[in-house]
Amino acid sequence: MPDIKVTPLGAGQDVGRSCILVSIGGKNIMLDCGMHMGYNDDRRFPDFSYITQNGRLTEFLDCVIISHFHLDHCGALPYMSEMVGYDGPIYMTHPTKAICPILLEDFRKITVDKKGETNFFTSQMIKDCMKKVVPLNLHQTVQVDDELEIKAYYAGHVLGAAMVLIKVGSESVVYTGDYNMTPDRHLGAAWIDKCRPDILISESTYATTIRDSKRCRERDFLKKVHETIERGGKVLIPVFALGRAQELCILLETFWERMNLKAPIYFSTGLTEKANHYYKLFITWTNQKIRKTFVQRNMFEFKHIKAFDRSYADNPGPMVVFATPGMLHAGQSLQIFKKWAGNEKNMVIMPGYCVQGTVGHKILNGQKKLEMEGRATLEVKLQVEYMSFSAHADAKGIMQLIRMAEPRNMLLVHGEAKKMEFLKDKIEQEFSISCYMPANGETTTVTTNPSVPVDISLPLLKREMALGGPLPDPKKPRTMHGTLIMKDNSLKLVSPEQALKELGLSEHQLRFTCRVHLQDPHSDADTLARLYSHLKSVLKGYTVQHLPDGTVMVESIVLKVSSSGDDPNLKVILLSWSYQDEELGSFLSSLLKKGLPSAL
Amino acid sequence: MLDCGLDTSSALYFLPLPLVHSPRLSKLPGWVSKDGTVNLEKELKECAGRVFVDTQPEFCLPERELLDLSTVDVILISNYHCMMALPYITEHTGFSGTVYATEPTFQIGRLLMEELVTFMERVPKAQSATCWKNKEIQRSGSSGTSYIVINSVSCMCALTIFTLFYIVECFCFSSFKSDVFVFRMLPGPLKDAVDVWSWKRCYSMQEVNSALSKVQLVGYSQKVELFGAVQVTPLSSGYSLGSSNWIIQSHYEKVSYVSGSSLLTTHPQPMEQSSLKNSDVLILTGLTQIPTANPDGMLGEFCSNLAMTIRAGGNVLVPCYSSGVIYDLLECLYQFMDSANLGTTPFYFISPVANSSLEFSQIFAEWLCQNKQSKVYLPEPPFPHAELIQTNKLKHYPSIHGEFSSEFRQPCVVFTGHPSLRFGDVVHFMELWGKSSLNTIIFTEPDFSYLDALAPYQPLAMKCVYCPIDTRLNFHQVSKFLKEVQPLHVVCPEQYTQPPPSQSHRADLMLELQPPPMAYRRCSVLGLPFRRRYERIHLLPELAKSLVPSEIKPGVSVATVSAVLQSKDNKHVLQPVPKPVPVPPSKKRKRLMEEVPDLLSPKPLLSGAVPLEAFLASLHKSGITEVKVEETADGHILHLQAEDALIQLEEDATHIVCDNNEPLRTALRDLVLRFLQKL
Repeated sequence: MPDIKVTPLGAGQDVGRSCILVSIGGKNIMLDCGMHMGYNDDRRFPDFSYITQNGRLTEFLDCVIISHFHLDHCGALPYMSEMVGYDGPIYMTHPTKAICPILLEDFRKITVDKKGETNFFTSQMIKDCMKKVVPLNLHQTVQVDDELEIKAYYAGHVLGAAMVLIKVGSESVVYTGDYNMTPDRHLGAAWIDKCRPDILISESTYATTIRDSKRCRERDFLKKVHETIERGGKVLIPVFALGRAQELCILLETFWERMNLKAPIYFSTGLTEKANHYYKLFITWTNQKIRKTFVQRNMFEFKHIKAFDRSYADNPGPMVVFATPGMLHAGQSLQIFKKWAGNEKNMVIMPGYCVQGTVGHKILNGQKKLEMEGRATLEVKLQVEYMSFSAHADAKGIMQLIRMAEPRNMLLVHGEAKKMEFLKDKIEQEFSISCYMPANGETTTVTTNPSVPVDISLPLLKREMALGGPLPDPKKPRTMHGTLIMKDNSLKLVSPEQALKELGLSEHQLRFTCRVHLQDPHSDADTLARLYSHLKSVLKGYTVQHLPDGTVMVESIVLKVSSSGDDPNLKVILLSWSYQDEELGSFLSSLLKKGLPSAL
Repeated sequence: MLDCGLDTSSALYFLPLPLVHSPRLSKLPGWVSKDGTVNLEKELKECAGRVFVDTQPEFCLPERELLDLSTVDVILISNYHCMMALPYITEHTGFSGTVYATEPTFQIGRLLMEELVTFMERVPKAQSATCWKNKEIQRSGSSGTSYIVINSVSCMCALTIFTLFYIVECFCFSSFKSDVFVFRMLPGPLKDAVDVWSWKRCYSMQEVNSALSKVQLVGYSQKVELFGAVQVTPLSSGYSLGSSNWIIQSHYEKVSYVSGSSLLTTHPQPMEQSSLKNSDVLILTGLTQIPTANPDGMLGEFCSNLAMTIRAGGNVLVPCYSSGVIYDLLECLYQFMDSANLGTTPFYFISPVANSSLEFSQIFAEWLCQNKQSKVYLPEPPFPHAELIQTNKLKHYPSIHGEFSSEFRQPCVVFTGHPSLRFGDVVHFMELWGKSSLNTIIFTEPDFSYLDALAPYQPLAMKCVYCPIDTRLNFHQVSKFLKEVQPLHVVCPEQYTQPPPSQSHRADLMLELQPPPMAYRRCSVLGLPFRRRYERIHLLPELAKSLVPSEIKPGVSVATVSAVLQSKDNKHVLQPVPKPVPVPPSKKRKRLMEEVPDLLSPKPLLSGAVPLEAFLASLHKSGITEVKVEETADGHILHLQAEDALIQLEEDATHIVCDNNEPLRTALRDLVLRFLQKL
């Protein structure tokens, strides 16, 4: 029985270092190759020794697919391809291919140049790795080899994020990456057709959350920013350079415009302008509204938002600063946070999910004293606000996607075990499908039950469809008869007559003849007539004919009557049928043995 | 329906639509037939010996009478030029199907339609001429004097493939003129115009929007299922942004529609060829209209003529479409400009959609050639015209009115439409610059005969240069391409099967194939040479498991299948026969009816022979020992003496005669069956 195996090397009951192995129809595919923000040691990357203990990655893997440019989905890519060693194709969408190397280079700089780590991938390795990338267009069916095909769907989440359908023969798996089922200010909602995969592998970051309407959250966000600015405080918004940042910039830009506010808005990294440029060039990946109006007004050209300089952090007066990275685990956002944390007038707004172990995660959990390097402690006095702007599907969204794709099985990754448990129960209840949530290194095996494709001869199919009528009766299904010819890996279903012809065989006729004696005091002709009406009344639904040549025919069975010379009342009924009418013939011979009813 | 192109060459019969009042055009004399019986001086005007209709230009539509458009389920669009007739087909016709096109095709097609509507609507004609179409006029009278031949323009071809349940037939109609209606009494060239009653004025923006709302966007190599019966897939055709060839296939048949393809490296993604292999039928259309001109050479000529005119202090007018070759022209000029000392010459691009066209060209990186694609990774705009705009070398304006009139400097280069020279801003520049021999008009679009285009402006002092740039396949490339993809049959317009009439000696300017291509022409109905024999069906796993295959010959096995067919949306599935639900026995029925066998379970066919010796041996084994064998002409008769039964054994038949002994009969039957194969 064919089966599909799924093994997370990362993101199994966890968020971070997404990396999932799928074996389907003899093909092995790696989905995402991310890093973990919460660790600085070996656990930062997925454990590739799971594969390499049995040989090289290139031999094992048929392809690698990256869903989007976030580092927890692509951060380990150069390590995997250049340091562990993989030379096969890596698939990602055009925007991901454009932006991914920039973020990788950023990540490398922070790790190597700032933290002084060695034994890390180099700039050259990033470049070499990107040479192995094959760009993927939405809805394009890419033939990885003769059997394996993949197809990308729009996932919303960030610019260029994709869900992928992986198909071998009639078996298929969908991997969602990270996705968003509600359109936001710059991206559209995820969409997939009713592809009925054997397994739907879905992220479950917000497995237990059902978020209120986007509008409310936006209003809330603007209100908080506005209040802080009014009382002269500073607002820090830690973000990733690409993605949420652009959405919130659009939001603040329009708000500033409308309210005619003067407080400065800054964007911390040099990446901004470049990032906005990517959005302009990949405008086809943004939402409907932005695409429609981009010729008149490009939403990614901001009037109120300016580049940040380190020295501005000490400027007096209110300001809003977007700073990277988003989880306050390093870099500029952390530096500014340290400066502003002591003043209760200030505010930090965390617009997205924070991985365990990061400063962001700690302050969100209400920690008021933070241990910094060098035994210093930082007192957190500023207001900490959490606003879920990260574009993940919530529980409602996940259910919605299941309804769209109609999977046969569900598998959850990229979430916390407890929350997954809850969602798993809900899915199993609502859809009556099995739901799995393997931990890292744990393999889930799903047995598939593929139907067998066969070539049916057109005359046979047409005849059958015509006989079935336009609306077949489900209570009385018609049985179709055919012969399946199996030859050189081809399966052909033809009518038995055609099968004989195609195989060059002649038919063998098998006939039976049977004489039944019965007492019937009538003339032969009358007996025949009585026989006719008897059969007619018993065999409803059959063709019973009284032929002029002195025979009765039931379907193709011939019946004749004669009387024996000695006793004119003793009739001999001669029955003759072919093997095709065996059941009817056998039935008739025993029926007639009982004699004809006298009432006739 | 394959494509939905508009034949705009009909516009050449009309007088240009000026943006500002043109004294010259308004003073043209009206036309009256020689004998004076017909007076159409209000509608027909004469210019330099030719007669033009003085009304809003009308267009020649794809054939709409041959079939009921409400029966068309799907329209496949191959490039933005081939969708210009869409509103005529999808609106007010009962059409309720879906149109498939790529995103660039859709967006740029929308721009071109918008432009056409704007060209027409911003200069409304006070009255519209209809008398010249009057049938009465065409029935009698003498013929005119002057005469020109309008080239059969148009790559635009609309084909309809009927998918009732399968692809069965192919109706072809292209806008090539085949049955010429003669307006016997009208002057030339009008008397040669075809089907003028079917000519229509331009659609409205509302109709455009409604038509475009029926478009479904698709990507290259996307497999689109149609009604479960066929799958269509667009492939890059290399001709323009988003241009596609289409594969239409079922599990067993494959039709390729190759329309407007190019093998040259210009801006679009290269043509995808390998997926077109193994087609049963390849429909080929949209070859180059200028097979004798080499696009590279023409580009060189374009640049040198442009530079020469500017150096001499003249202006250059380039009538062009707002998307397509213009991107390549601008890129070429970008490289050429400085070396030719054109750095300070202003370049103007004037069209209601100029800005949109330039902006849209930059956001379709996925649809561009490799080296343009890689630019966006930097991130830089893929086309250098962004830089031309930034450095103010290229300026674009929606029309000659407004900003342009104040910023306009001469000498300059103006790119503007429409290439027919009958409407759009180009009309103004013709009036403005036509009188000076310093100026040059350079024709680059191949769709119109430049002599015909210029006719209503004669006499003309301005220089005319004809450098048509048509990047589509030429006959040499086609024959190489066909050798590569090897379709079983080729279907193409009749025109491709003979050399062009003007160059009848050039046997290299036609398609020569073995077997010869099947040619179509407007309104001809062609049957595609298919023999459909098989369809895909799926056996449910439970059914597949229950089958008992037996080997008939080495490597060939058969199994009899009894199953229930389920067909839904043209997908067929075989399920196991459900176990009959036991009928609750009513007493009366039980006696008579219980044994009546089911009508619907015929036995399999039998094949093979029953060998005498082996059969006797197995009879023996079953305890039947007294057998008398009698030889006959065709076999043997076995007399089972103790049982009083006869078995007649022949090569292809066995006959069992057995009275009153059902157990014996069934035993004998099973013995015989053991030797036979069941099908």
